[in-house]
Amino acid sequence: MKSNLAISRLRKLIGVALGITLASNISIASAGVNDTGLAVTDAAVKVGILHSLTGTMAISETGAQEAEKLAIKQINDMGGILGRKIEIIQEDGASDWPTFAEKSRKLLVKDKVAAVFGCWTSASRKAALPVFEKENGLLYYPTFYEGLEQSHNVIYTGQEATQQILAGLDWVAREKGAKTFYLIGSDYIWPRTSMKIARKHIENVLGGKVVGEEYKPLGNTQFGSVINKIRLKKPDVIYAAVVGGSNVAWFKQLKAAGITGQKQTLLTLSVTEDEVLGIGGENLEGFYSVMKYFQSQDNENNKAFVKAFKDMHGDDSVIGDVTQAAYLGPWLWKAAVEKAGSFDVDKVVKASETSGIELTTAPEGYVKLHPNHHLWSKTRVAKWNKDGQATIVFTSDLIEPNPFPEGYQ
Amino acid sequence: MGEYTAQELLSIFAMQGFSGLSLFSVLLLMALGLAIIFGQMGVINMAHGEFMAVGAYTTYLISVLSEEYFPGFVEYYFIFAIALSFLVAGALGYLAELALIRHLYKRPLDTLLATWGLSLIMQQGFRSIFGAREVSPTLPDWLMGSYQPIESIDIPINGMFVLGLTTFVTLAVFYLMFKSSWGLRVRATTQNRVMSGAVGINTKKVDRLTFALGCGIAGIAGAAFTTIASTGPTTGSLYIVDTFMVVVFGGAASLYGTIASAFSIAQAQSILEFFISGSMAKVFTLLAIVIFLMLRPEGLFASKVRK
Repeated sequence: MKSNLAISRLRKLIGVALGITLASNISIASAGVNDTGLAVTDAAVKVGILHSLTGTMAISETGAQEAEKLAIKQINDMGGILGRKIEIIQEDGASDWPTFAEKSRKLLVKDKVAAVFGCWTSASRKAALPVFEKENGLLYYPTFYEGLEQSHNVIYTGQEATQQILAGLDWVAREKGAKTFYLIGSDYIWPRTSMKIARKHIENVLGGKVVGEEYKPLGNTQFGSVINKIRLKKPDVIYAAVVGGSNVAWFKQLKAAGITGQKQTLLTLSVTEDEVLGIGGENLEGFYSVMKYFQSQDNENNKAFVKAFKDMHGDDSVIGDVTQAAYLGPWLWKAAVEKAGSFDVDKVVKASETSGIELTTAPEGYVKLHPNHHLWSKTRVAKWNKDGQATIVFTSDLIEPNPFPEGYQ
Repeated sequence: MGEYTAQELLSIFAMQGFSGLSLFSVLLLMALGLAIIFGQMGVINMAHGEFMAVGAYTTYLISVLSEEYFPGFVEYYFIFAIALSFLVAGALGYLAELALIRHLYKRPLDTLLATWGLSLIMQQGFRSIFGAREVSPTLPDWLMGSYQPIESIDIPINGMFVLGLTTFVTLAVFYLMFKSSWGLRVRATTQNRVMSGAVGINTKKVDRLTFALGCGIAGIAGAAFTTIASTGPTTGSLYIVDTFMVVVFGGAASLYGTIASAFSIAQAQSILEFFISGSMAKVFTLLAIVIFLMLRPEGLFASKVRK
């Protein structure tokens, strides 16, 4: 009896194995569309979403993955890509950088996804990058970041440092006549690199002076001493890149110390509508953010996007810069796949680099993909209101992405 | 510093002094509950930070509810929220002792693990109930401004408020511990548990109430910190390291030690921060504490008991 059972199990196994081979033959049969064994059938194509759903970064990454899901749903409603519906495999990076690498490998090797939308912090991207390069995967990365990177396997849908920083500094020097700057940031790679670029620009181009530069540990909640130093130096502009929960403490304590938007110009690189939820509009009122996107942007694309986002994720949800950039990812991928006529990563990358992909439907307005894998985009400066929304006071021209700026390193 | 007037320097000196005091009150408020529990029962409560978060979330809830239903109450809700935070965190602490801690008194290492597990469960609880995003209650206007005794000095009102609250809580704890009959029983139990039991003190009840009190004070701390920072599911773990540092440096069983330790750490930190960068100030403070503890492992104040 036992051997019979074993044999029947073996038969089943063989049956399953045959089935799998047949199925994969079918997918290979759709030749040209997929020559590299990705998870593509005649009906569907699999993609990965890889963000932190748990841990300290979940606060920031929630919006990004919600926007990616919205874009994918909209693409599917329009009939998918090359006639195939997009199926999502979601993994949790858990705010832990090695986990991002591990889950990237799982998505690329086991699930054979055609593209991954994910990562948020630079640390998570740097951890996942070697995996994407080794397995030749394709990552759409949504966050504004420090630049100094360009990988065959990554499309950067947020701004690189110079796009965000230079336009903002030029604006504040021109509009506010600012000459002296106090730089403050959280203590890790992105604020430090950004401040390095900012300092060069202030000293060499604007002819201004940096009167103080300060970094606080991530998660720090005590800003009393820094605020006193700022008082002593009386800078024209406080230029800030404090991130995460620290941001809340920073702005609450500024307000409590009597430094408010009426008396002091403050320009921040790291506050989007997402952070304002925690900080409270009343503590930010009158301060400025420099970003490529604000929820209050007044154009038809954006109105439709905000409405669709709220319909899907609730009326209370807000949309920050990274959320919008994440939303662009699936659309840029769709455009590139359709230009290439194939899901194969090398062909999609080639199409992305050479065929002048542009999105006229982007909520932020018009964006165009540069051969260096970054986006041409406009930079905006906006003033925060009490209700947690911002009024845009300046919009730049379309800025060319320049991840390796000369004279700024 | 030649380019500044004497008045300016004096103002900065005053404000910097206050910023040290305000850091002191924050550290003390955090450490008080932990020190009471550790001093009394030898239990290291790894979930202390989460009880703070309970207080902070309670404050947030009251803020949202009063904005929604009693707009006239918004100016005053904060005082009420502090009291409620104390009660909610205290009640949860009482339950935790009843369900978990009391079974582990003879096994100190296991209480460490158990309370750590409890902290993870509570963090996930916050995430499920309130979401992963950080939240922040709307603070009444009178709490958010600054007090200007003279033109060039701004003393943050929320800092003064936390300082006042810490003073009040500390005095209350001292009164409870050294003047009330309950405090007498607590001290008796600490000194000799078996003997106290023999003379008719219900030591189990004393333990339970002490644990609840410690957690309740954590709740107050949480409520107070909503004036300076935001609240998220992992907020507690942000504070716990500093809290342990204060308690260990002070000498684990002594309330005076906890006060002295909070004061010296806060002053060192804030004076250093003014002259060097924040990260380096932290490094030097930690280094000084490590060296001190190597020379004197029992901390600043050790209770002189023959072992």
